[in-house]
Amino acid sequence: MEKTMNLTIRVWRQKNRLDVGKFAEYKLANISEDSSFLEMLDILSEQLVADGHEPVAFDHDCREGICGMCSMTINGIPHGPESGTTACQLHMRHFHDGQTITIEPWRAKPFPVIKDLVVDRTPLDKIIQAGGFITARAGSAVDANAMPIAKGIADYAMDAAACIGCGACVAACPNASAMLFTGAKVAHMNSLPQGKAEKDRRTLAMVTTMDGEGFGGCTNIGECEAACPKSIPLDMIAHLNRDYAVAQMKNFFKPVA
Amino acid sequence: MNLDSKIPEGPLAQKWTSHKFNMKLVNPANRRKYNVIVVGSGLAGGAAAASLAEQGYNVSCFCYQDSPRRAHSIAAQGGINASKNYQNDGDSVHRLFYDTVKGGDYRAREANVYRLAEVSSDIIDQCVANGVPFAREYGGYLANRSFGGAQVSRTFYARGQTGQQLLLGAYSALSKQIGLGKVKMYNRHEMLDVVKVDGHAKGVIVRNMVTGEISRHAGDAVVIATGGYGNVFFLSTNAQGCNVTAAHRAYRRGAGMANPCYTQIHPTCIPVHGDQQSKLTLMSESLRNDGRVWAPKDKETAKKIREGKLDPNAVPDEERDYYLERKYPSFGNLAPRDISSRAAKEACDDGRGVATTGLGVFLDFRDAIKRDGQKAIEERYGNLFEMYQCITGDNPYETPMMIFPAVHYTMGGLWVDYNLQSTIPGMFVGGEANFSDHGANRLGASALMQGLADGYFVLPYTVGNYLGEQGVAAAGKVTADHPAFAEVEADVKSRIDKLMSIGGTESPRSFHKRLGNIMWEKCGMSRTKESLTAAIEEIQALRKEFWSNLKVVGDADSLNPELERAGRVADFMEFGEILCRDALMREESCGGHFRAEHQTDDGEAKRDDDNFAFVGVWEYKGDDVAPALHKEPLVYENIKLATRSYK
Repeated sequence: MEKTMNLTIRVWRQKNRLDVGKFAEYKLANISEDSSFLEMLDILSEQLVADGHEPVAFDHDCREGICGMCSMTINGIPHGPESGTTACQLHMRHFHDGQTITIEPWRAKPFPVIKDLVVDRTPLDKIIQAGGFITARAGSAVDANAMPIAKGIADYAMDAAACIGCGACVAACPNASAMLFTGAKVAHMNSLPQGKAEKDRRTLAMVTTMDGEGFGGCTNIGECEAACPKSIPLDMIAHLNRDYAVAQMKNFFKPVA
Repeated sequence: MNLDSKIPEGPLAQKWTSHKFNMKLVNPANRRKYNVIVVGSGLAGGAAAASLAEQGYNVSCFCYQDSPRRAHSIAAQGGINASKNYQNDGDSVHRLFYDTVKGGDYRAREANVYRLAEVSSDIIDQCVANGVPFAREYGGYLANRSFGGAQVSRTFYARGQTGQQLLLGAYSALSKQIGLGKVKMYNRHEMLDVVKVDGHAKGVIVRNMVTGEISRHAGDAVVIATGGYGNVFFLSTNAQGCNVTAAHRAYRRGAGMANPCYTQIHPTCIPVHGDQQSKLTLMSESLRNDGRVWAPKDKETAKKIREGKLDPNAVPDEERDYYLERKYPSFGNLAPRDISSRAAKEACDDGRGVATTGLGVFLDFRDAIKRDGQKAIEERYGNLFEMYQCITGDNPYETPMMIFPAVHYTMGGLWVDYNLQSTIPGMFVGGEANFSDHGANRLGASALMQGLADGYFVLPYTVGNYLGEQGVAAAGKVTADHPAFAEVEADVKSRIDKLMSIGGTESPRSFHKRLGNIMWEKCGMSRTKESLTAAIEEIQALRKEFWSNLKVVGDADSLNPELERAGRVADFMEFGEILCRDALMREESCGGHFRAEHQTDDGEAKRDDDNFAFVGVWEYKGDDVAPALHKEPLVYENIKLATRSYK
């Protein structure tokens, strides 16, 4: 027989960007331990709707841990207590009957709250738009096997490219730094031979945009790595720092862009 | 309705090349005078928007997510097919073409499929150039694996996250164009209608999902790349937001809807856990490279496993029915999806199902782990195993996975000609939203291929050709002040008002669930005349109830997920009926469409090529009028129609 639990949900309610916002508390009964965390929120929504209230707004889409849309801090930890797990992949079996669960939006200055748990993460897109690409016009590519890439390098690039752009690293960081996000993209593209041509330009442009969007600097605290649902390692930040130092040096003598 | 497929003359292998030569071109300096609207930012939409912008057109791109990086293409796990023949195992453009037509149970258009196979190689080149970190061998060359319905290894992959990596590739190209100002990106915007001027698609009406603002956007052409309609079943592997609204609204404005009954039920999903379930999770087909599918031979054994009294590992080999290997020895566990799904259903209907609900079979890696070691299996499928454990709490290295079929992909969609243009001139449809390449069943790893083929290599040519035909004098001439925009905008607003003002007692989610239940029970893996007739009546009744008892809380002028769902469910209600009508009309079994009345003695799908070798296209005739059926005959000049066999 499936096990169920009763819960108290303490969740952030905020009408819009300008509203001050506050916590509200709701009781939920008979939540299956096999349900996902977001299914639990679905049930809360239905309960609120039945009572004539607006449901809690939250971002979510694929519900299989890959789209990066879900974004909530659960009991103080972005994406909740399970390591390497997005909120949508978190299951209720990790909670217990009678527990109070506190849910908040990402708290970071560059991510203003739109409503309840929904925040605006477009600054992350802007960092990518500044340089997070390898220019290769459709139709201009050479044969895919023309340039062998050592397996180790391809694997490393893939480790970095696993980032889902959810912003948990920013939410977890006391400085609201986006270094892990930016570092992962820089490490992915700068390490591949295809990405070498734009390496310095990319690194400088992405860091400049990152700073311009109001993200803080990295002070090596490591909260980002702990919160990252894809377990992207801090090494990516080291990679970024190294490539940034080289790019700046080159830029000093001769502008790279 | 004019269903001229515009297939170019000439031999199959020359059609696309000669067609490209015969196309109208737009001079690079003139391209900046045109505006193209792209709805959707998945593989097809994102790649098309980026490529059109690279060519110099101005593009407006819309997506309902908060970023174009999140479209559901991202969730594809296993891989992307291409006829590179890097494995030297006999692959070729023609073989990929043949496998795809056969896999689609001979219900796809030859010329389109051939082109798909032809550009498949270019896609891999393009993606590698864009920085997609495909899996590689130690020598540095690209690795491949096998997928269902093929006897060659032609699937390229990036661990279990191929869709993510391909989408991020397209997204990075798109982002570059956004940064350059060539693409204006509208996140959190949902297309609610298409605007026609003099019969041509000239724009869209969209809702800003944050502010509720309804706005008009004019363009010289419109590309719809809004994905499939699997969520009409409520539970599916689709993302929560996937919906049919853009395609259905286009249908209501005159675009033909083709083959909606071709829905793919994927055999390897995690079984349903209970009532609170909101979606189903796919376990990649690639797992069938090493996992063996089985159900107990004996009902009693199955019962004991269901009740937790017997450990499946304790079931000896002679009591296991490896039914795919038994029934389809030459393809074994890699039999195509439709066939594998029905075989699983058969075992469960027979009372031999596992999982607490009895709706599950095993996917067992015991033998593979014994053969190759746990480390090798971890390398291949580590993230999938983790995902399985995260959802079910079971460790698949120790106990066999449980799987069951679930709605996954929809082969049907808006009808398009060879140029991917719908029956509305100027409106193009790419990716899963169109019907064109997969016939009645899609092979694994072919959706990513089609999305990117459409986006990178087909639409950038054919949209340009259309714009060239319209002439540079027409560029940017229609603006959003045209009265046609005001008219459609008023329709959209009144519909929202109507949804908000019903004042009933039942939530949109509840209606969605009830609709899904009808669809799954009566129009799911197995369909009959009776079940479909009943489904149509039930859907009509449910629709009436919806419009008289719907409850939408909140308001229309702010972020309101209830209103969003209400609008989508309203469209699913209308669309679900068309799907059932199509399934009722198609008195044969083919691919994902299985009519219980039409099967062979051993339970295989029985096609009727004499009467049903056509594309069924539905034309909207009015709200309370049945849609009209049109037929595009399927002519096979290069492939001989045969009974599909994987035995």
